Amino acid sequence: MLRVESVTKRFQGLVAVQDLSFEIIKGEILAIIGPNGAGKSTVFNLITGTLKPTSGQIFINELDITGARPHQVASKGISRTFQTTSLFDQLRVIDNLMIGYKWRTNLGFWNTLFHTPRWKAHQAETYQRAMETLDFLGLAEKHDQFVPALSQEEQKRLAIGIALVSKPHILLLDEPTGGLIQEETDRVTDLIRRVREQGTTVCLIEHKMQMIMGLADRIVVLNYGKKISEGAPAEVKSDQAVIEAYLGGEVHA
Amino acid sequence: MFTKPIHTKLLYLAILAAALLLPWYVPDAYIFQIVTMSVLYAIAASGMNLILGFTGQVTLAHGAFFGMGAYGVAIMTKAGIVFWLALPVSALIAAFIGLLIGLPTLRTRGAYFAIVTLCFGVIVWIVSGNWIELTGGHNGIFGIPRPSPIPVPFFGQIEFFTQTGMYYLALAVLLLVLFALYRLVYSVFGLTFMAVRNNEPLADSVGINTYATKLVSFVAGCFIAGLAGGMYAAMMGAVSPSAAGYMLTFNFLIFVILGGMATLPGPVVGAFAIPVLMEFMQFLDDYRMLIFGALLIMVIIYFPMGLVGGLRRLNQKVAAWRQQKFPESDHASR
Repeated sequence: MLRVESVTKRFQGLVAVQDLSFEIIKGEILAIIGPNGAGKSTVFNLITGTLKPTSGQIFINELDITGARPHQVASKGISRTFQTTSLFDQLRVIDNLMIGYKWRTNLGFWNTLFHTPRWKAHQAETYQRAMETLDFLGLAEKHDQFVPALSQEEQKRLAIGIALVSKPHILLLDEPTGGLIQEETDRVTDLIRRVREQGTTVCLIEHKMQMIMGLADRIVVLNYGKKISEGAPAEVKSDQAVIEAYLGGEVHA
Repeated sequence: MFTKPIHTKLLYLAILAAALLLPWYVPDAYIFQIVTMSVLYAIAASGMNLILGFTGQVTLAHGAFFGMGAYGVAIMTKAGIVFWLALPVSALIAAFIGLLIGLPTLRTRGAYFAIVTLCFGVIVWIVSGNWIELTGGHNGIFGIPRPSPIPVPFFGQIEFFTQTGMYYLALAVLLLVLFALYRLVYSVFGLTFMAVRNNEPLADSVGINTYATKLVSFVAGCFIAGLAGGMYAAMMGAVSPSAAGYMLTFNFLIFVILGGMATLPGPVVGAFAIPVLMEFMQFLDDYRMLIFGALLIMVIIYFPMGLVGGLRRLNQKVAAWRQQKFPESDHASR
């Protein structure tokens, strides 16, 4: 569905991602793991157009999206969340979601100014879809509140909701449970499972190994910007290279 | 989705009635002139608020676009073009030049846009004082004709030769602009403006073309400034470089910030309240500016949404208090 093909990203001298290739397959939950500074978030930034790769290509359904701007990538059905919970914190919960759905509609300047029939239909559709998503997130009764009134977990859920409201094909989650306690992590994990069940492919970055092993169908392991392992959780867990990357020690040839 | 409580609606109705009946209880020509100017400033400041308040882009060239509207109407009507054509064309010229300025500068984030627009504003002011063939230099342009009467079947015609006629014209345009802004701002489309202001990277990542959004907001704001400027020229009968000056920009800025950024009534309240305050402080001469400077800083720190924001907070407190005291009365809540 989404294919990353020998992508390299250099920041001046530093190689953040080196010759990386992997694929996200329709319907799966793929996890990207690796130690700090392994280049995981950079991979997301490259896919979504926040950064341009130094070399290599990225395809969505065989369509080349290398170097596209973030809003163009989003309109191909690829949504993302950010590592630090990123929300429209001056606005209400429902507004956050309606903004996320806007690109699917024709709610532009002239339609809005003249309240055309199309505007009416799309405005209603947007509101309905936003409420639907809030139900799915379990935040429906908070729709009228401002973002700072939400708990940290609720904010994390909302961030996923903003990405999810436009019914993307692929959802990229950058540490969706970062900073949450075990109980909250379980709830968010459950939410991610339900996202997949309703037909959205998920790719996530995580640190919590236990959670990943139970959640992901496949895992890609990065270290120093290179892919050192790929496969089912059980395979990856027993991979010598992975153990060394995580536990330290010398790399044997 | 965006409804207001009944007492707020009643307040707006009362203000509208007071505005419509104004010529009957303000007989003093000087004060009437100040009020009419305030209406024009309210229009321009509302346009600035769209860019600055709702979209979060600090434009410091708003006076220049006001001036383009003013000089546009002055030059065109002196050349024999009827005002009713000259006005929209002048506003469109201001919008088009806004587009040309916005295209390269709105790609940047943060202070660059403010710096470039500030420079542009000063350049327009200097050009208006020195391009003597077009603008008449520092003397400006005199003898701009009033708008021609509009014929109305069975009624005669609406004339604009009196100050009262101009006042109603300005008021009509203000209401029209506020109506258009209301539609734009309180909608999903308007939310994208606020999304850009609040969190541009996130807006970008959820499929909003932030560059185009900023451009639309800026061009629309410049169009509104041009509209206000064009009416200013017809009302005053003369324009000079001060109608395009950066001092005007800073007046608009004060109206928007003190009145209430990102609120629709804010710039209007600012445009009426500040000139009145200025009149009261006439005896202080230029020392007035010291007080305004201090006031501006205090408002930014303690009332980031200005006078209107402060009133709204008070309103919410009253609503909460009433909810506590009379839990069954529900209409006070949002």
